[in-house]
Order: sequence, then C-alpha cells, then structure tokens
Amino acid sequence: MATMTCPSVEEIWRWLAEVSDPEIPVISVTDLGIVRNVAWKGETLVVTVTPTYSGCPATTVINFDIERALRNRGVESVRIERQLSPAWTTDWISAEGREKLKNYGIAPPVDGTAANGRLLKRVASLSGSSDLSISCPRCGSTETEKISQFGSTPCKASYRCSSCLEPFDYFKCI
Amino acid sequence: MMGAATMTEPAIDRHTLFEFLLRMGDNTLILGHRLSEWCGHAPALEEDIALANTALDLIGQTQLWFGLAGEVENKGRSADDLAYLRDAYEFRNLLLAERPNGDFGKTLMRQFLFDAWHYLCLQALLGSSDRRIAAIAEKVSKEVAYHLERSRDLVIRLGDGTAESHARMQAGLDDLWPYTGEMFIEEAPDAALAAASVAPEPSSIKAEWHSLVAETLSEATLKKPADGYMHKGGRRGIHTEHLGYVLAELQFLQRAYPGATW
Repeated sequence: MATMTCPSVEEIWRWLAEVSDPEIPVISVTDLGIVRNVAWKGETLVVTVTPTYSGCPATTVINFDIERALRNRGVESVRIERQLSPAWTTDWISAEGREKLKNYGIAPPVDGTAANGRLLKRVASLSGSSDLSISCPRCGSTETEKISQFGSTPCKASYRCSSCLEPFDYFKCI
Repeated sequence: MMGAATMTEPAIDRHTLFEFLLRMGDNTLILGHRLSEWCGHAPALEEDIALANTALDLIGQTQLWFGLAGEVENKGRSADDLAYLRDAYEFRNLLLAERPNGDFGKTLMRQFLFDAWHYLCLQALLGSSDRRIAAIAEKVSKEVAYHLERSRDLVIRLGDGTAESHARMQAGLDDLWPYTGEMFIEEAPDAALAAASVAPEPSSIKAEWHSLVAETLSEATLKKPADGYMHKGGRRGIHTEHLGYVLAELQFLQRAYPGATW
C-alpha cells in the first residue's frame, strides 16, 4: 500500500498523448489541443480540459477516458476541470495531429477559414467557386467543393473532390 | 471556487441574473428542440444532418447557460432540472423560437432571423462584466457564426431560387416577421442588466440586425414585410399555445418517470 511518488507533469503529458479521441481514434487528446493544463494540487492531479463544441457528445467520454488512463497508470486522485475561456480553436491542433487527420481521410482545418459572422463575400462558396483551398485527403487535389456546412459531426463539413470524385470530411476551422 | 465566483460577479441581484440566463438557455433549448423535430425528415440527407448538428450545438449551449443559471440561483437545481421540470409560464424564450417548423424554407427563415439576433447578442456579451457569461459567449459565438453563415446562405439560395422556393420563403418570412419585434423590446430586468454591463440593452442591436436582415433579404430577392403589430411576452413567460406541445414532448420522460437516468 506504499504511496507512489507523484509522477512528473511531463510524464503525465506523455500518458495523455496516448489517450485517443473517441470519434477520431487516430488522434489523441493532446493532438487536439483540448488538454489545457496538468498540475498537482497536493495529492490530486488536476487536468484542465476545454470542450471542442458545446454539444459534442464525446466530451463526457473524453473526460472518462482521461481519468481511466491516469488511474491505470496508478494515479489515485484525479480531478478534471472544465475551462471555457480561452475557447478552443482548431489552431491548437498540432502539426502531427493534422497529418494524422489527413492520413485518416479527414482534411485538416485550413487556418483563416473560420466563419466569422461578418459574411463578407462568403456567398461565393454557394456557386461552388469556393476561395478556400481545401485539399482532398485522398488525391491531394484542391479542386474540391463544399456539399454541406455540417458533416458527420458538428466539427466537420462535407466536401467532394472534383478530381477523384470522392466525398470527404473537412475538419472545420473554428 | 466560491471565492473565484464572487470576484467575477457584477453588482446585480441574483434573481435578475438568473432570469437573464434562463432567457439565453430557453431560446437555445426550445429552438434546438424544434430543429431536432426535423431529424429524419429533411428534404436531403446533408440538410437533415446539418439541422441535427445545429440542434446539437444549441442544446449543448443550453447546458452551459442552465449550468450557470443553476449555480447563480443557488437552490441546487441542475441544468436538467431547469430543462425538464419547469412549466410554460416559467420559460423566457422568444416566441420566435417556439414557432412551429412549417416547411423547410420556413424553418430556415426562422433560423436566419434568430441566428442574426443570436450572433449580434453574443458579440455584445463578449464584453459582459460577468466573466462567466463572457466565457460562454466566447465559446458559443464561434458555433453560432457557422449557424448564421449557413442559414443566411440558404435563405439567399432558396429566396433567389425557383418560383416555388421563392414563394415559400416569402410566405415563411411574412408569417414570422411579427415575431421579430420582441427581440428588441425592453423588459423589466433589461435596464438593470445594462446598467451593470452584464448584457446589452435589447434595442442596442436592433439597427445592426435590421441592416444584416435587409441586406440578406435583398440578395434573396425577398420583400421585407412592413413593421406592423409585433407579438411579445415570451421573456415574461406569456407564450403561444405551441410551447405547451413542445414541453409535453420534451419533458414527458422526466415527468412520467421522475429522476430516470440512462
């Protein structure tokens, strides 16, 4: 029943890098950038997590998976804290995470393509003449068109490649 | 925890703040429920998915507003209690949110009229003196920017579409317009909320809303109805008969099997 010495915060981050996203299992919670902080408060490990989307059903599962992974490593007391601000942005998805998304068949977010509510010139995308250069994760062509703003989950949009004709998911920039 | 909460609380009474949070959460809950009624019925698979995803966003946002409302009220009510165990007169949503779906065009028109208001309201809330409210606004405004982009695109596409789609969009607009005035009417708590810089005065976003709507309707070749009689009362708990039917469906399980979980 000897109490283990507290593993270092660096070690915890390495363990968290092995916790997969439940929806997109090829990327980890650290690739997604949703783990904002790891700190010991006395004997309790506090992991601060920010949600991707308000209604994302994976949030509860992610918290559960993080807690389970840490307990399996012998951490006895874990507390998950939610942090809303600063709000999660796809900018926090790591370069490695983006590569993994692409290899999995999901086009990674393209910086600067987030909806900004100002709606300037965005109507052009309706005609299919989108000015956003989203490449097809299969053939790499940038001849792609948006089918719908929302794909299989709120964080993704549906696209189609005009070159290889395959439909694909685009991880929306937010 | 309590210490941190006290520090960010502006000079406003608990009840007024609670009322405001209910308004925000009731709008997203009721409209989210309306959109979820489309699940499996939309004219195209992509649109079905988009409606369900928007509903999911709105219901997720409701959890944030109600979670804070329960905390502010401090009577031990959870977000679920607030959603499932209040009656119609306790709801503070805009009447627009409870309007029946009608056809796909009318649903999109309702969404656009609401999204335009919602987005502008959230932009103003980014500067709320209550940092908890500002944090929620920061989170959800990014999602709502996508809602607005989509509903605006579709209003233009369908308005400036075929004779049939144009006629349906115009009919939807004419039917819904008398429910838009309520967004900008001052109710009892508004002066106090604005004085404490918690929330903007409703009238302060009217001009920008009108300009965004006018520009969109013009691109959509739709005719903006004249401002006639405007229905009101939602934020005071005086609702149309439609809300009762929404609640009957939304709350059935918790009413019939209190405390049921899954």
